[in-house]
Amino acid sequence: MIALRKMAWVELKLFLREPLTVVFALVLPLIILVVMSAVFGNTPDPEFYRGYGPVDFYTPAYIGLVVGAVGVVSIPVHLAGNRERGVLRRFRASSVPLGVVVGAEALVSLAIALVSSVVLAVCAMLGYDVGGPASPLLLVAAFLWTALMFAALGVMLGSLIPTARAAQAAGMLLWFLMLMMGGAGPPPETLTGVLGLLAHAVPLTYACRLLQAAWLEGGWAWADAGIVAAIGVAASLVTIRLFRWE
Amino acid sequence: MAPVVAVEHLRKAYGAVTAVEDISFTVEEGEIFGLLGPNGAGKTTTVECLQGLRKADGGTLRVLGLDPGTQGRELRGRVGSQLQESALPDRIRVWEALDLFASLTPRAADWRVLMEQWGLAGKGRASFASLSGGQRQRLFVALALVNEPLVVFLDEMTTGLDPAARRVAWDLVEAIRARGTTVVLVTHFMDEAERLCDRLAIVDEGRVVATGSPQALIDLHAPQVLVRFSTATPDVDFLFRVPGVETVERRGEQVEVAGTGAVLALVASALVEHRIVPTDLRAERATLEDVFLRLTARSRGAA
Repeated sequence: MIALRKMAWVELKLFLREPLTVVFALVLPLIILVVMSAVFGNTPDPEFYRGYGPVDFYTPAYIGLVVGAVGVVSIPVHLAGNRERGVLRRFRASSVPLGVVVGAEALVSLAIALVSSVVLAVCAMLGYDVGGPASPLLLVAAFLWTALMFAALGVMLGSLIPTARAAQAAGMLLWFLMLMMGGAGPPPETLTGVLGLLAHAVPLTYACRLLQAAWLEGGWAWADAGIVAAIGVAASLVTIRLFRWE
Repeated sequence: MAPVVAVEHLRKAYGAVTAVEDISFTVEEGEIFGLLGPNGAGKTTTVECLQGLRKADGGTLRVLGLDPGTQGRELRGRVGSQLQESALPDRIRVWEALDLFASLTPRAADWRVLMEQWGLAGKGRASFASLSGGQRQRLFVALALVNEPLVVFLDEMTTGLDPAARRVAWDLVEAIRARGTTVVLVTHFMDEAERLCDRLAIVDEGRVVATGSPQALIDLHAPQVLVRFSTATPDVDFLFRVPGVETVERRGEQVEVAGTGAVLALVASALVEHRIVPTDLRAERATLEDVFLRLTARSRGAA
């Protein structure tokens, strides 16, 4: 436990010492919010967004998107980089348990995702008159649920992909795919045919619905929560089986 | 007392490539034991198997009475390790690394004391990336000692260091032993092995070709001594009768006597007896390098 706490604290400090990644984590959600709101406005249209105003609809989705960016981009790049440079080798030789390496990674990504999400939510509410979450408690639960799933997914990618470069490419690809298909880009109603199938394949789709149910309706989307949990558990199992220290 | 490390018939292959064919040796408590051999001889694979970082394909391994194959985690908590090709995150600070590694073990040394001892006191807030090669090496040694290990594995710790930093690293190794810690040193530098090791195993192509103290290896495998001096006295044929002398060659005033054993002392006394008292009498002994080249050439089937 002491080791996990120390590792997480060191990892958090290391993260904060990389100015670019800090800026990325804080600014990315704002860019998305500002640009997309300028494009879509916030006038409800009964044909799209289940009748919600676009910014209302997208705010919880962007939270999912931001959490996803930390999960599938930052974590794999960091883990793969540490493997490539021999940091993981060094940890293993000193008997650092896998749980400490992975747990610290998850805790730090949770903290970063939390700060990004709060910045995003506050800006949306103050700047675009988005109504507050219908159920703050369920929103927090949905956030944790989603963040843990993306952390597990990111750790899995970082376990399988050998180099930081490859992890960067794979992570960005997956993230853009999710941006386009996962309910945080084009309105879900416009994704039909093959695109509709792809939408079902990306984890963000379920994360978005879970977050939107909590924010917009104050409800808990059981089916989506189940799928999110299943993805997280599956990714964790793959990690346990296939994690490579070097 | 049981040896700290015991290796019997270790074998390890990576796919079709056999890295370790058959390696056996033991390391006793408190000694500096060397694994000396050319790159690719199987030294690193051997110490990685000993730390349970790789699974051996065959043979029996014991480190501190534990089996690295099945008790690797427990073992790694008790040994110190300085690995080839390992690093720390660029932006981690020296004190943070020490504090973190100390938190991994319940019986950790006080890392502030280690930082002082290994000359890093002024560098506590420096980032890993800003350290020189020698400072990194000192940090790695401090990290290897933070769990108060009974034995440390040092793999090629002076590779890539400049000559001055190498000397400092040698002092570090001796300082580790001085605190009672057994050291297993992997190196391909002959001078390093000869200077530091109490005993060593010469490894080539996955096999141990010789084991012993540097001096014993030299006596056994390259016993020849060359004694040189100069004299104006024309007749030095009496030297042929000195025990151990094999050849005597003369070029002008320069005389070169080759032989084995205590030939230097015997030649000196014979010269004095014949009233020859050269001021430049000196002997050249073989070094570990000569032994090494001879043994590895033999194992490669060369003359």
